[in-house]
Amino acid sequence: MSITLNINGMSRQLDVEPELPLLWVLRDKLGLTGTKFGCGIGACGACTVHLDGQPVRSCSLPVELARGKAVTTIEDLGGAHPVQQAWIAAQVPQCGYCQSGMIMAAVALLKAHPAPSDTEIDQGITNLCRCGTYPRIRRAIHAAAGAKVDRDA
Amino acid sequence: MKFSGSRRRFILAGATLGGGLLIGYGLFKPRDFLGDPQLLPLNADEVALSAWLKIAADGTITVAVPRVEMGQGVHTALPMLIAEELDADWTAIKVTQAPIAAVYGNIVGMVDTTPIDEANRGPVGVSMRWAYARLARVLSIQITGGSSSVRDAWLPMRTAGATARLMLLEAAALRWNVKVGELSAHASVITHTGSGRTFKFGELAGEAAKLTPPTQIDFKSSTQYTLLGKAIPRVDIPAKTNGAARFGVDTYRADMLFAAIKASPVFGGVLKSVDEEALRKAPGVVHVVKLDDAVAVIAETTWHAQQALNAAAIEFDGGAYAKRSLAGIFDDYARAMAVGDFFGYEDIGDARSALTKDPVIQAEYRAPLLAHACLEPMNCTVRVDVDGAEIWCGNQAPDLMRMNAAHALSFPQEKVTLHTPYLGGGFGHRPEPSTMLQAIKIAQAVPGRTVKLTWSRAEDLQHDTYRPPALARFKARLDASGNIAAWLHQITSPDGVPATMARWYPQLPLAGPDRTSVDGAAFLAYAIANRRVEHCAVAVDPLPIGVWRSVGHSTNLFFVESFMDELALAAARDPIDFRLRHLTARPRESALLERLREISKWDTALPSGRARGVAFGNAYGSIVGQVAEVSIVGGALRVHRVLCVLDCGRVINPDIVAAQLESGIIFGLTAALYGEVHYDQGRIKQNNFGDYRLLSMADTPEIITHLIDSDAEPGGVGEVGTPAVAPAVANAIAALTGSRLRSLPLRI
Repeated sequence: MSITLNINGMSRQLDVEPELPLLWVLRDKLGLTGTKFGCGIGACGACTVHLDGQPVRSCSLPVELARGKAVTTIEDLGGAHPVQQAWIAAQVPQCGYCQSGMIMAAVALLKAHPAPSDTEIDQGITNLCRCGTYPRIRRAIHAAAGAKVDRDA
Repeated sequence: MKFSGSRRRFILAGATLGGGLLIGYGLFKPRDFLGDPQLLPLNADEVALSAWLKIAADGTITVAVPRVEMGQGVHTALPMLIAEELDADWTAIKVTQAPIAAVYGNIVGMVDTTPIDEANRGPVGVSMRWAYARLARVLSIQITGGSSSVRDAWLPMRTAGATARLMLLEAAALRWNVKVGELSAHASVITHTGSGRTFKFGELAGEAAKLTPPTQIDFKSSTQYTLLGKAIPRVDIPAKTNGAARFGVDTYRADMLFAAIKASPVFGGVLKSVDEEALRKAPGVVHVVKLDDAVAVIAETTWHAQQALNAAAIEFDGGAYAKRSLAGIFDDYARAMAVGDFFGYEDIGDARSALTKDPVIQAEYRAPLLAHACLEPMNCTVRVDVDGAEIWCGNQAPDLMRMNAAHALSFPQEKVTLHTPYLGGGFGHRPEPSTMLQAIKIAQAVPGRTVKLTWSRAEDLQHDTYRPPALARFKARLDASGNIAAWLHQITSPDGVPATMARWYPQLPLAGPDRTSVDGAAFLAYAIANRRVEHCAVAVDPLPIGVWRSVGHSTNLFFVESFMDELALAAARDPIDFRLRHLTARPRESALLERLREISKWDTALPSGRARGVAFGNAYGSIVGQVAEVSIVGGALRVHRVLCVLDCGRVINPDIVAAQLESGIIFGLTAALYGEVHYDQGRIKQNNFGDYRLLSMADTPEIITHLIDSDAEPGGVGEVGTPAVAPAVANAIAALTGSRLRSLPLRI
């Protein structure tokens, strides 16, 4: 099946099965390796990307459901996004494998809740981190909220 | 019950006291700290001043880091050692993964396995550690583990920095025709004190490299430090916030293929049948590879390979082990304990006699199987050509990996190129060559093509090298003043490190004793006049067991520190006071517990419904103490806060240490609350994070860490946060409910 996707603001035409999960389109077809494979069932969130600004777990999203929508991956944040800056300031990542997904989840959370409470962070960040960077993620989200997220990611 | 060890087996016969001394002096030169500069590949404008660093004309200093980066911060902490003694400009430091060579071997990690008390500085202790160090240099394993990176690098990397600094000063002195003593260095600039003239390191590196390295160097005193002890930001973090960091699984090459595998769910089973025809016809499938115990599919994407395997008709023959279970293993343990074939690691006074008098306090504890569950599933990318192979694999021991790869490929080692990118978690799972060996066999089916094998999460959980299950029994007696008069601790588990080493060195006959079996149980800081700690080694074949963050400490500290609280209760003493009464000869440990008492406000009341528990221990040359605060609401256990004090000697980078403590505590708490792998019908039941639960953001307690100021030699950090949290939580639960949980995970 030929499908046209909008990925990080660019139009990409691909010949893939409709049920191929978006994660594998990004990684194995397009070489966008920032989005990670962790569990394959949407449980860990390492594969989190945005679909029209909403966080989705791309390992469980058939690519056909991304048709006509804007797909945003970690690569599109650049590096100077306030959430990324807060991540560096709080020295959040350890092994770093979950962090692309964490940051995408945090950007979406801050868009929905510009100044999230701890409970909103607990509810909004359901991604898993095996290294246990959660306390620093919480700190970085609060810091990024204080820094006013004014960029539209 | 027999108390004397009847299986006095040693890792290498020659490594025992006498043998080590005999082979030692004749064969071994002093450890070469500097190594051969030619080990480092150079660009045209670079020179190497040792195996550890090279300097470019523009002043860029590239440090070869001998350990792998898996989030523990070694790519920052180890270059700090060199930069400090070199007086380098930190912003000019770049990091490269060291090549494979003996100079980068890990000696301290091996010496840690010497089966004797670390505090033993007498002739026996010194000789045994010396012999183990010699053995370590023979094997020269380039392994990252055992919380040993800073400890092992402490001398060689500071030596490399100080030596290079002197060579640069010498080169400047020759140019200016002045004495070295008239020069100073700061931030990669050498200044002549009298004239104010300066040279940048980059301008002199070529001349310095031609000089003979000095044999006499002086290290800085700690008051002169400008980098060590500072929270320098980690060099790997920016790339880990923008998707640029490359892990093994991120290896992509033009025209590559993707593989998935399904191995016999029953350990020790073999492949019986597979409908190859149907598999080959599945969408995207390029090739089917049958292994003795597995089927692999090569496809155009990882997902196609996984889907084809999920739908395939595959039959395995579980063979003799199809009924094996964890319950059966614990039955084996109990039988072995009844026979009493123990190896005594520690025997002070006469515990046996002292325990014949009543009342004796007894308890039995157990710990389950655990998986590592690194978030990056095990994976390996391989291309096999006619005359060599290239391998990309996040791993904790590059030399072991390359050696095993060369053996499997029947190539000389130099024909195998191994790339070690960042590791998406290690925790003891990634020194294991098994995934790579599968990937090699798969890639051999498509010579000249690059193939990436990625394990599914189920494969990762079901074919791990697990933390072994353990069973522990205590007997103890208190004296009239409520102190411990006698202590007998018997542990049953497999000898995990020999079993692990047998996978790494299939050609070498290796056996116990395995000091890690009693890590956290033997050689405790507590003064107990009559104490015996003994281990009964029971094999758990065919279950593959390995090393899991903090290894023996992770189970033994739960046993020991829980039982200490049982004894404190029996003595009607406060748990911290009770411990301190047995630590009067140990000022560092006592000071740490006092500090923990203070920061946890131990002596103040908590709100009703909450309780505290304490645990404490020595591990990897460091001392750690933790207090956990818990409550039970609606039948559910909640851990609110964990306070942690660490004495790891000199702190290289306090923020990395704090991050590692937070990490270790969450790793240990995950195991304490949820960690359990079910082994039944010969197989592991867990298949994803749904049934192998990890701690989440919402479950994570507030964590407060404190570091003790110390000038002592650096201690280990990466694993020391892990073992104390389970007993601290168990002790808090006992304080809250009056009920003692003696089995992990903790279920109220």
